[in-house]
Amino acid sequence: MAAPATEPKSPEKTQTKRGNHAALGTATVPGNPGAGRATPENAGTTMQRASLLLCFLVLLVLLALASLAVGSKPIDLATVLGALVNPDDSADHAIIRESRVPRALLGILAGSALGIAGALVQSMTRNALAEPGILGVNAGASLAIVIAVGTFGINGFSGYVWFAFGGAVLATGAVYLVGMAGARSNDPVRLVLAGVALGAVLSGIGTALALVHPAAFDQLRAWTVGSLEGRSPEILLPLALAVAAGFVLAAFTGRSLNALALGDDTAKALGYRVGRARVLILLAVTVLAGAATAAVGAIGFLGLMAPHLARRFSGPDARWMLGFTAVLAPIILLLADVLGRVIIPGELEAGVVCAFVGAPVLIILARRKKPVAV
Amino acid sequence: MSAPAKTNTVVAGRPGRARRLGREAALCLVLSALALLVALLVIGGGDYPMGPGQVLKVLLGGGEGLENTIVLQWRTPRAVAALVFGAALGVAGAVFQSLTRNPLGSPDVIGFSTGAYTGALLALTLVGGSFVATSLGALAGGLLTAFAVYLLAWRRGSHGFRLILVGIGVSAMLAALNQWLVLRAEIEVAMAAAVWGAGTLNGVNWSSVLPAILLIVPVLAATLAGGNRLQMLEMGDDMATALGVPVEKTRLLMIVLAVLLTAATTAIAGPIAFVALVAPQLAKRLNQGAGLRLVPAACMGALLLVTSDLAAQRLFAPVQLPVGVVTVSIGGIYLIWLLAREGRTGSR
Repeated sequence: MAAPATEPKSPEKTQTKRGNHAALGTATVPGNPGAGRATPENAGTTMQRASLLLCFLVLLVLLALASLAVGSKPIDLATVLGALVNPDDSADHAIIRESRVPRALLGILAGSALGIAGALVQSMTRNALAEPGILGVNAGASLAIVIAVGTFGINGFSGYVWFAFGGAVLATGAVYLVGMAGARSNDPVRLVLAGVALGAVLSGIGTALALVHPAAFDQLRAWTVGSLEGRSPEILLPLALAVAAGFVLAAFTGRSLNALALGDDTAKALGYRVGRARVLILLAVTVLAGAATAAVGAIGFLGLMAPHLARRFSGPDARWMLGFTAVLAPIILLLADVLGRVIIPGELEAGVVCAFVGAPVLIILARRKKPVAV
Repeated sequence: MSAPAKTNTVVAGRPGRARRLGREAALCLVLSALALLVALLVIGGGDYPMGPGQVLKVLLGGGEGLENTIVLQWRTPRAVAALVFGAALGVAGAVFQSLTRNPLGSPDVIGFSTGAYTGALLALTLVGGSFVATSLGALAGGLLTAFAVYLLAWRRGSHGFRLILVGIGVSAMLAALNQWLVLRAEIEVAMAAAVWGAGTLNGVNWSSVLPAILLIVPVLAATLAGGNRLQMLEMGDDMATALGVPVEKTRLLMIVLAVLLTAATTAIAGPIAFVALVAPQLAKRLNQGAGLRLVPAACMGALLLVTSDLAAQRLFAPVQLPVGVVTVSIGGIYLIWLLAREGRTGSR
């Protein structure tokens, strides 16, 4: 967001500008070769991007297969494929079907949901440091868990998962009401500040309650870490529905995201309805982040770093960025889950590994060249 | 080209420098007076309640034997700690928000608090956690983390945005480690760690507060003296260089000073959240757009922390909450209220 005039004209910068023009001037399929300004070079990058995305998809599938084979009881790939294609009643097949396949699916769904939610938040607030947690998702969910366990005596994951989802949705709604109310309703800085403020209040109350109720504290510390382990398969269907709804909303907002990146005034001048776009984006973020956070715990860092990684491959177009994020985020989460199963005897929670895998990547990205702003 | 015209309108649109400074002084005076008043209430509260007048009398040397012990030995250290630590945190936050040009900047962005928590957690879980061990662990953890982040972000000069990104990355790793340590610890140890991790002034006494104050006061003075250079840095590196400010040296110096302020506070009271983040923003809003200024931020921080400590003492009266739980709530509520008010009037 630095003024282009003061920047040295690097090739990357020029490309960035051209990319934006192409996306905005045509407002059709990204990089469509038939669209006015597209040059052969542009078409080439589109092809490259598409094939790169395909490569990552293949990587995700391979990683998912690997996650079926790796664990406290290693199972060879032939048996894994057998269990998928031609299941029988053997113990190995039962493990794969009933425990490892749901876990891999949970990782893919929750990972892409957290990634997309992070990408949407970063684009909407024009703040590259935003993550879904900034809208109060984590604070709302953990306060709801503390209340569920401490006040209502509900125990266990399947008991409080709906509380967590409800808490996340309510918190985000409240952040929206505080941040978007009033005269300067479209200032994204207000939204971020409202999220920080409300999140602080909720987490303060949550901590105070948790310190009074040791049982709630015990559940909360397990949930906060974030893990794919021990989640009941019944949550897969609701999670899948929520993720599908979020993806549809996100797909609708892709074009407005490109416009919003240029600032509200420009977006309005281009004919975009800025306020409506923000509501749609926020709705998508709430559904995606709320569902994924309730299901796997507070792995908000994934939502922060996956879009940064995706931007390296996608360039500035928000639609490509969303696509890459949707594939890269579950890759990171599944990789973390698989690593966590083999690093130490017993298991290291995916949330912990995720931070230790993702953070060095983020640091290297930050060091490599001038960081790419949103 | 259009710059002179722009400057003119800005000057015409705002009150003169003298008036602005006068208003700022008045604001600081009001905030400090409020903070001192609340401090009297803090000293007056407890199992042996006293009115503010009585407290003032004892403080000025007119007390009896028991009152003297209670006020001077037991309760004053806590109130003084709240005032000084609050001011230190407010200034540290203002420095980081100015350097990173981000309203969410705070010493946390270079991972200090998270690292301090890691150090304290290790001290608590491995060594058993006496007060000294926890303090030293926190100090070592915080300083090592801040140093590591600055080194990792160094690449032909430090860049504000890179500093934040690297800080977030390192913090995320340490936070994950912290959560894992808390998860694996016995529940009693974990809860004691959580109280420390929220930030608490319960049980501070002169012997723990005095060394911290002796460090904080000169550092605070040095930081306030650098306030003008900081404002020039806000205009951008190039402009600041043109104005004769040694950019990298100033930035490093201010970071070191701000980290020292945070370190002294955290070692004694734990990472008290949100004062560093919210005090400069509140002061800036009350100061009506004069930018991030250090002295108002210090007064605001002192008021915020001492008020939070009063609430932490009194809210669930026999139970003493960690003050950090209240700072986040009070700071958050105030910020929400300000946002809502701004939204209604449509002013800044």
